[in-house]
Amino acid sequence: MAASAPALALDDITCRFAARDGGEAYTAVANTTLRVAAGEFVSVVGPTGCGKSTLLNVAAGLLEPSSGTVAVFGEPLIAASGVNRRAGYMFQADALMPWRTGIDNVVAGLEFRGVPRREALEQAEGWLRRVGLAGFGDRYPHQMSGGMRKRLALAQTLILSPDILLMDEPFSALDVQTRQLMENELLALWAENRKSVLFITHDLEEAIALSDRVVVLSAGPATRPIGDFRIDLPRPRDVSEIRMTPAFLALHKEIWGAMKEEVLKAYQRQKAA
Amino acid sequence: MKLRALQFAVLAALILLWHVFTKPGLIPNFYFEQDNRAAFFFGEPAKVFWVIVEWFTSFEIFEHLWVTLLETMLGFVIGSVFGLAIGLWLALSDTASAVMEPYIKGLNSMPRVVLAPIFAVWFGLGIWSKVALGVTLVFFVVFFNVYQGVREVSPTLLANARMLGASPRQLLRSIYLPSAMSWVFASLHNAVGLAFVGAVVGEYLGSAKGVGYLILQAEGTFDINTVFAGIIVLTAFALVLDALVGVVERRLMTWQPKAGETEKV
Repeated sequence: MAASAPALALDDITCRFAARDGGEAYTAVANTTLRVAAGEFVSVVGPTGCGKSTLLNVAAGLLEPSSGTVAVFGEPLIAASGVNRRAGYMFQADALMPWRTGIDNVVAGLEFRGVPRREALEQAEGWLRRVGLAGFGDRYPHQMSGGMRKRLALAQTLILSPDILLMDEPFSALDVQTRQLMENELLALWAENRKSVLFITHDLEEAIALSDRVVVLSAGPATRPIGDFRIDLPRPRDVSEIRMTPAFLALHKEIWGAMKEEVLKAYQRQKAA
Repeated sequence: MKLRALQFAVLAALILLWHVFTKPGLIPNFYFEQDNRAAFFFGEPAKVFWVIVEWFTSFEIFEHLWVTLLETMLGFVIGSVFGLAIGLWLALSDTASAVMEPYIKGLNSMPRVVLAPIFAVWFGLGIWSKVALGVTLVFFVVFFNVYQGVREVSPTLLANARMLGASPRQLLRSIYLPSAMSWVFASLHNAVGLAFVGAVVGEYLGSAKGVGYLILQAEGTFDINTVFAGIIVLTAFALVLDALVGVVERRLMTWQPKAGETEKV
């Protein structure tokens, strides 16, 4: 059974947050069911502030949903008893430890698992090389550019070779050129040993260029999936070139048609607030 | 270099002014009726200087300085350790911090220098009553900084460490402590200064040794020059302590960004 079970299965997830001033509770996510098969690259797109990150935190076991269940390779995940040990999480914001050098940041995960320091350093050197940071291991995060920090975070996450990769708009803070480079690097690393990826973004082009499947979320509150599109573009892909192909444009048009109304709704709501 | 020269120029100008206004007979009286009154109230820089020279050449000062510095150091170290430990504990335990909050607030707003006479009764007139006063002053500075530091650890940083598999103990060691330490170091200059204040005020209120004691003695005989000499020696050593903290800080905080830092090729 475990073999055929999806890497990640979110079933009927609802997340309600108590309001600060005792008002009505805010429902961020409502009745969401989402599955990521083993080795599948799934992107979730939706308007800003629609609870995408909430969904990811639930999948990571950092947040207990108000109702619904999460299963990881068939085993139930209960946030109260610990995080999702088979997942790696790349955050939108900077999550590197500023007081550790680059390489010490990369070994952190191995250190927590009790891997001997020498062995950990050896692996970390290898990962620094793979993300193109060889020779930058002794720099502190503040001495690196935004792109380098993202690569460092990628190495920090991937060194533990998680079966599931959770990514929360990891490249949204980067400029367009750096971003496309990083997307290509991510695809190359992913192609080496296909992990399951749940990738959150508000950028539809990024989602199509990277994924096997794109899930569109409705505008918040009470976000839920409103569309599920299979992306059958050939791999390996080059994210900057694939954007010009007719197949890409057709998919973009189709998914944007489903998304547009929600984006406008979210915009109206923000304007009114 | 030019800056240093200007800094010395300011000092020289101040001393010169002091000298001109207090030297009996140098300028006509414009406030006091007698020539030597200004010198009586404000001392004379030349005489102050010779008092200091006399202290250092006769080695008389070292005994007193040693006592004051020892009190400062002990007050600083004990206060910091307590502040760090209790700050960590309260910041990580919501119940404990909720229970202790009014007491901490109350103790902090109390003018703690009034405790000096009580400490003198409890710990006697030796160094420990001064150390105790220093501890009460240092503790709160460090405590509040650690508490703040732990409370303001970035949630992303914590979530990231948890996802990387850190146990609660490892979170404490790898995230909370380093994060709190940067706040502690920010407060170190303050803390050393307060430990010094604790030592000197304690001595001033009752002691048999220390620079505060020298000042107290001199004041009893209206020897204003010696009072000023004591103040100047204290100031000089406060500056030395502050510089030492600066050195330690630079050593341990290399990871912090400095504004406009570039690398020399």
